[in-house]
Amino acid sequence: MSAPTWLVLGASSSIARAFALEAAAQGCNVILAGRDRDDLDHGASDVRIRHNVAVAVVDFDAEVVDTHDAFVGEVTGLSTGFGTGPLNVFLAFGLMPDQSAIDGDPDQAQRTIMATYAGAVSVLHRLAPILEKQGSGHVVALGSVAGDRGRIKNYVYGSAKAGLHAYLQGLRNRLFRSGVTVTTVKPGFIDTTMTWGMPGLFLVASPQACARACLRYAAKGAEVRYFPAFWWIIMTIIRSIPEPIFKRLSI
Amino acid sequence: MTWKTMTLTGWGRTRRAEVAACRPERAPAAVRLLQGRFDRGILAYGLGRSYGDAPLNDGGHVLLTERLNRMVSFDPDDGTLVCEAGVTFDDLFAAFLPRGFMPPTSPGTSFATVGGAVANDVHGKNHDRVGSFGDHVLWLDLVLPSGEQVRVSPTERPDLFAATIGGVGLTGVILHVCFRLRRVASASVEVRERRMPDLDGFMAGLAEARETAGYSVGWIDGMARGAAMGRGILETAETAPTDPAGTAAKAPRKRAVPVDLPGFALNPFSINLFNQAYYRRVPAAGRTRTLPVRQFLYPLDAIHDWNRIYGKRGFYQFQNVVPDAEAPAALRKLLEAISDARAGSFLAVLKTLGGEGRGHLSFPMRGYTLALDFPRRDGVEDLLARLAAITLDHGGRVYLAKDAVLDPAGFARMYPRLGEFRQVLDSIDPDRRIQSDLSRRLDIRGAVA
Repeated sequence: MSAPTWLVLGASSSIARAFALEAAAQGCNVILAGRDRDDLDHGASDVRIRHNVAVAVVDFDAEVVDTHDAFVGEVTGLSTGFGTGPLNVFLAFGLMPDQSAIDGDPDQAQRTIMATYAGAVSVLHRLAPILEKQGSGHVVALGSVAGDRGRIKNYVYGSAKAGLHAYLQGLRNRLFRSGVTVTTVKPGFIDTTMTWGMPGLFLVASPQACARACLRYAAKGAEVRYFPAFWWIIMTIIRSIPEPIFKRLSI
Repeated sequence: MTWKTMTLTGWGRTRRAEVAACRPERAPAAVRLLQGRFDRGILAYGLGRSYGDAPLNDGGHVLLTERLNRMVSFDPDDGTLVCEAGVTFDDLFAAFLPRGFMPPTSPGTSFATVGGAVANDVHGKNHDRVGSFGDHVLWLDLVLPSGEQVRVSPTERPDLFAATIGGVGLTGVILHVCFRLRRVASASVEVRERRMPDLDGFMAGLAEARETAGYSVGWIDGMARGAAMGRGILETAETAPTDPAGTAAKAPRKRAVPVDLPGFALNPFSINLFNQAYYRRVPAAGRTRTLPVRQFLYPLDAIHDWNRIYGKRGFYQFQNVVPDAEAPAALRKLLEAISDARAGSFLAVLKTLGGEGRGHLSFPMRGYTLALDFPRRDGVEDLLARLAAITLDHGGRVYLAKDAVLDPAGFARMYPRLGEFRQVLDSIDPDRRIQSDLSRRLDIRGAVA
């Protein structure tokens, strides 16, 4: 059987870049999808040169949903061209403006939801029948601890991720029947551009470690995972704080 | 772009710097960054494997290049690679050794970046054969202090090219490097080790090896005195025609030093024991072994963060080169000064260099180079000053990538092309937007014209 292919959605992010390299190191082919074509082309040559696997780049904008049919068509064609291995999906995109920026411009709320949630549903829903048909494969999507509880600091982004978590639960339920696994990974603090220079961070994990964990979870067919794992404890505590108290806090 | 306040050190951990650091992940972001305003200059910082203050800019800004590490293009016909400056030698070995290529030359650690290799014009154990890293560079993309991006090569803006090779980062931020990898028949080397009883014997052995061997390096017992002074092990090596069965191109196993060792762990007694054992582990008749090339090139990389064995105060590394004709007298004086000081040095490294590099501030010259580590203790700075003085007396120079203590006058005498270097910097960086602790300490830019 030929090597699997990973479609990486939002491939310019630190975690996605690390994921593409890790997957290629394991011999998988890679399709990089995102908006910054120049950066994706550079990322693609990097993966190709380092690991000698097949790599392709496809333009993808989560917010422009009427392009998603064509996008999924192109991805299917590329994946078939790579060989008979199954198509897998790593979803790493999202838009997280400062909550204060959203408060000043409610249109940003709409964009955040489109990019983080609606766009994700749109593309995954178009990929689902293909995955069902192939009868195997993995979907790994980055959720967020922000989706576990609405907080004053980023509740619009958090609500979009919460929506994504629920969608992934349903998708898992559906694809399980045809042998496809769906894993929700909720990262804590990862050392990315998003967190660089943020005060008060602790035990920050590297994007490489996160990427390796995502591949491991996929291979196991894990359902929901926090990374690093101790975030499960933190979020369990945060989720259990009664609302009358929580509304007074600013964590 | 967000600036993060952090503390950086050189590899020897004797010098620290509080900096505002940013870490661009894409090349265009790095170009934009350099257009900002910096009161105390900005400097590119790779992985901090320079020992002293060359990679530091205390109180100023630094641009971390570690995430600018993409490989851009590779031609398997002639081994030409274009990569971003944050790619490490470890990356190069991982990607290319299985395909029969390796870097043309390499410093003593694989955790150095390609950008750092250019900025320090690094050399390896094959300098007599292939020269230093800068000799293999076809062109560079550089972001000038003005924020302008330019390509430089031996034919395009050759002055700026010569200032950048070995220019300790002062011409701007190196973005891309194009250089040629070397084709190798295997991932292994056949290493021959022989005991050298004293300094004269050692120098004769190295003189012969530089003409005949692919790689050569000597390990000297820096504690040995009297007739045994300068004794040690001479290693010569050639690329093996094939890999021994079952070894292939596997990456070596790595261990880490989990904590700083206490200051007393390394003392003259323990170091002496270690050096003795190192000498005696090679039988009197010598021996020949086949080793994975990385194990041969990077014996210390097997232990991550090995600099922690020197404790919190850190250590100095001293490396100089003296011309062939002066070497016998100079090396004797250097070794005497070291053993007199009882400073306690782990194995000293002695090897030959083949000739001058292409950069204005390139370290190599034809001669003998000596490198030693000294735990940082009271009085060791005096010893280093003494070693620098001996080096100067004999027409040699000290390696900027290792240095933390040289003074401006000594530096200017060691680097005769400093005038040319200053001219280039005055034209591309009149406002002195690129600075480092090293450039200020050694007054590399000179008085304002």
